[in-house]
Amino acid sequence: MSMTLDTNKKIGIFLVCAIILAVLPFAVGSVLGNAWVRIIDFALLYVMLALGLNIVVGFAGLLDLGFIAFYAVGAYAYALLSSPHFSIHLPFYITIPLGALFAAFFGVLLGTPVLRLKGDYLAIVTLGFGEIIRIFMNNLNAPVNITNGPQGINLIDPIKVGGVSLGSTIEFAGLSFRSVYLYYYLFLVLTVGVVIMASRLQHSRIGRAWVALREDDIAAAAMGINIRNIKLLAFGLGALSGGVAGGLFSSFQGFVSPESFGLLESIMILAMIVLGGMGHIPGVILGAVMLTIVPEVLRSVIGPLQMNTLGRMVIDPENARMLLFGLALVVMMLVRPEGMWPSKRRKAEFRHAKENAAQKG
Amino acid sequence: MADVLLQIEGIHKRFGGLHALNSVGLTINKGEIYGLIGPNGAGKTTLFNVLTGLYQPDEGTFTFNGTNLFRAKPHKVVETGIARTFQNIRLFAEMSALENVMVGRHIRTRAGALGAVLRDPRTRAEEQAIREKAWELLDYVGITDVAEERARNLSYGHQRRLEIARALATDPLLLALDEPAAGMNPRETDDLKALMSKIRDGGVTILLIEHDVKLMMDLCDRIAVLDYGKKIAEGVPEVVRKDPKVIEAYLGAAHA
Amino acid sequence: MDTFLQQILNGLVLGSIYALIALGYTMVYGIMGLINFAHGEVVMVGAMVTISVISGLTHFGVNLPGPVLLLIGVAVAIPSCMLLGFVIERVAYRPLRGAQRLAPLITAIGLSIVLQQLAILIWGRNYIPFPPVLDHDVVTIFGASITTLQIFIIVMCFAIMVGLLVMVERTRLGRAMRATSQNPSVAGLMGVNVNTIISATFVIGSALGAIAGVMVATNYDQAHYYMGFMIGLKAFTAAVLGGIGNLGGAVAGGILLGIIESLGAGYIGSLTGGFLGSNYQDIFAFMVLILVLIFRPSGLLGEKMADRA
Repeated sequence: MSMTLDTNKKIGIFLVCAIILAVLPFAVGSVLGNAWVRIIDFALLYVMLALGLNIVVGFAGLLDLGFIAFYAVGAYAYALLSSPHFSIHLPFYITIPLGALFAAFFGVLLGTPVLRLKGDYLAIVTLGFGEIIRIFMNNLNAPVNITNGPQGINLIDPIKVGGVSLGSTIEFAGLSFRSVYLYYYLFLVLTVGVVIMASRLQHSRIGRAWVALREDDIAAAAMGINIRNIKLLAFGLGALSGGVAGGLFSSFQGFVSPESFGLLESIMILAMIVLGGMGHIPGVILGAVMLTIVPEVLRSVIGPLQMNTLGRMVIDPENARMLLFGLALVVMMLVRPEGMWPSKRRKAEFRHAKENAAQKG
Repeated sequence: MADVLLQIEGIHKRFGGLHALNSVGLTINKGEIYGLIGPNGAGKTTLFNVLTGLYQPDEGTFTFNGTNLFRAKPHKVVETGIARTFQNIRLFAEMSALENVMVGRHIRTRAGALGAVLRDPRTRAEEQAIREKAWELLDYVGITDVAEERARNLSYGHQRRLEIARALATDPLLLALDEPAAGMNPRETDDLKALMSKIRDGGVTILLIEHDVKLMMDLCDRIAVLDYGKKIAEGVPEVVRKDPKVIEAYLGAAHA
Repeated sequence: MDTFLQQILNGLVLGSIYALIALGYTMVYGIMGLINFAHGEVVMVGAMVTISVISGLTHFGVNLPGPVLLLIGVAVAIPSCMLLGFVIERVAYRPLRGAQRLAPLITAIGLSIVLQQLAILIWGRNYIPFPPVLDHDVVTIFGASITTLQIFIIVMCFAIMVGLLVMVERTRLGRAMRATSQNPSVAGLMGVNVNTIISATFVIGSALGAIAGVMVATNYDQAHYYMGFMIGLKAFTAAVLGGIGNLGGAVAGGILLGIIESLGAGYIGSLTGGFLGSNYQDIFAFMVLILVLIFRPSGLLGEKMADRA
């Protein structure tokens, strides 16, 4: 009896969510304007990225501060293969998988030399890798112009599905679907795909091996888990999701440059996971959405608020936003290190770490 | 002549200036309980780590069930049929008891990332089999009542049993137990003894490190004694017990 | 040959600054086993404060010789940074001691961002030129040129490093620091106040960082709110190269990294047939970092650190 009730409840929640997600762009677009639909599109991209990084950091427990590099690889792969830069215009169903595979290849390539590293060392080496890739993107415009250097690549093709460009407005059933709406639905479908992928991985033989690795790598090895392969699988699959998101970003934005792929972006994605609830898919989604939406809200609030109350701009909104972000990281770690919406298991891990610390201290 | 399961010869392991294992050789036969004793710091755990692939020996030979395992990686060692427990219990603390045992099935199952994402019938069947096998093993060591508890929250005796169940999940030919009775009261120790006999009767050979000499004498078919990284005696318990070198190692030269 | 000597000299200047900053990383690592990601920002603050003090003095018409102005600037910057280091440890690290490794890493990154943004608030987003109070006399040695200021930087760095080493080896504080780094709980039982020692470590490291910040700013004639990131990362690399936790190693690693980087930047063009230019200078530090961690994670002078790495 309770089973059916539960199932009914689940179906109910699912339907409500589905309806909300289906009408979201229209609701947001008509109330807040289409700029906010664009922001929601970005939130979905960040959800995909954060879930990708979550495989590496959350599931397998490998600190990665250079994750944005894989996003960059996916983005540049799409940009180079679908733009006037090389006059190549391949369709998205070739470029996005190609970019994702290329990113996964990079993930494994960069993962191999750092297999023995843990913790802070791993973080700083991956940070180094991320910077190396950015330096190359910035400078590979001479002597052969591959990336077009700091100027980046422009006029990237929008995704075309069945002859319809997502970069245009479509009239359908009396409704007008703008480009940001069309991309919203595409991103939504892919995000759902990534969520399903991540969740199924987590509850599988592979997911268990990752938890084992994260909790005690020596015991994991002694149980027959091939530590090298399971780590590389995490790096590769994480990078794969990053690559997909990168290709989507490229087509959506129509423009890529190295500036979009700095360390701060890597930190931002890591923060989404940590503040949301590491390893916990709903938490990570929450973190990604919050860290995309809240800064935008602040952007539109901080300026007018100062003008209205103080009569002048005391602190530049961009500056204030970053300041609050930094403070949020510090405060969150001190007050609630397990994140806003942690899994029960993680919560326990943090609580025990704290107890151990208290005993030592 | 019994069937040889594991054979090492001339194993050396050095840590910087410390010669932790000095030309150690031993042979374990199928179906026996083989004990390893020695004073603290004699190299027992080092030898254990060499035999389970966590340490790479500097020299020597290491064959197990016809396979050369010299400097093999831990997962290769487990695959060939050696499973272990740890002196200071290393369970996956925040996983449930059941999940711990399920991790033990990793090496005997195949499902990869693609299978996990697609959840095809084969993967689901395998996952089901893993779960059933894990339950079976929890039942075998007698802790099904705590299957869903986090490993961290189990009592000490249950944790020891869970670690054995997890090791058994890898379908070992040789089960290596590092001081499984440490910290147990006499009743728990008796239960453990019964469990070990049951495992051996089920066809799994056992390698045992233990401080409790009486337990070792009762339980083991043969015993090797390590001292300062060297094997100083080997044989059936009655003989080893009376070996003057062993008495000297344990009680010091003054008593010899 | 001239290029070679010139690059060695440049590397020496750069390297001695790296060494000074690397000491801050390595001291903290030695005592607490963690990387102080906010150390680069301390260096930045040191540079900024000095520039502000000198600009302020000249603005109000104080007419003193350049070196004296510099000295006053540094005299303000050092205690400011010491205070900053003290606060960083209190806010970001002490409450999290013994917690999961990720938490202090994130707080440190958060603090870095906060400090950078505060720097933007105070000093703006643009490059700030170093006030023109110092002479840049050029000395020529075997065809390679070096300024007197750069010679001064090298000499000062070495003097400070020797001073620090003597302090750690000879004084009571130094002895307590060594004891704490070996085993904090035993040191605590032996009557060492571990909290005080940790604070002292942060404060001393920050003082060195402040001096290094001033040197960077005088050497490049400018400062910037983001300058701490790259130089911090490189100094960290230097510390790892030398063997993290080892003071002599930090010095050796810093000098070596400076020279590798200069030689690399000087020769990368001819080595790659003009394919890569000196704009790739920054990748050398990362390459060194990665190679060291892969092949010799204990660094050049470090002992067994495999467990920690």
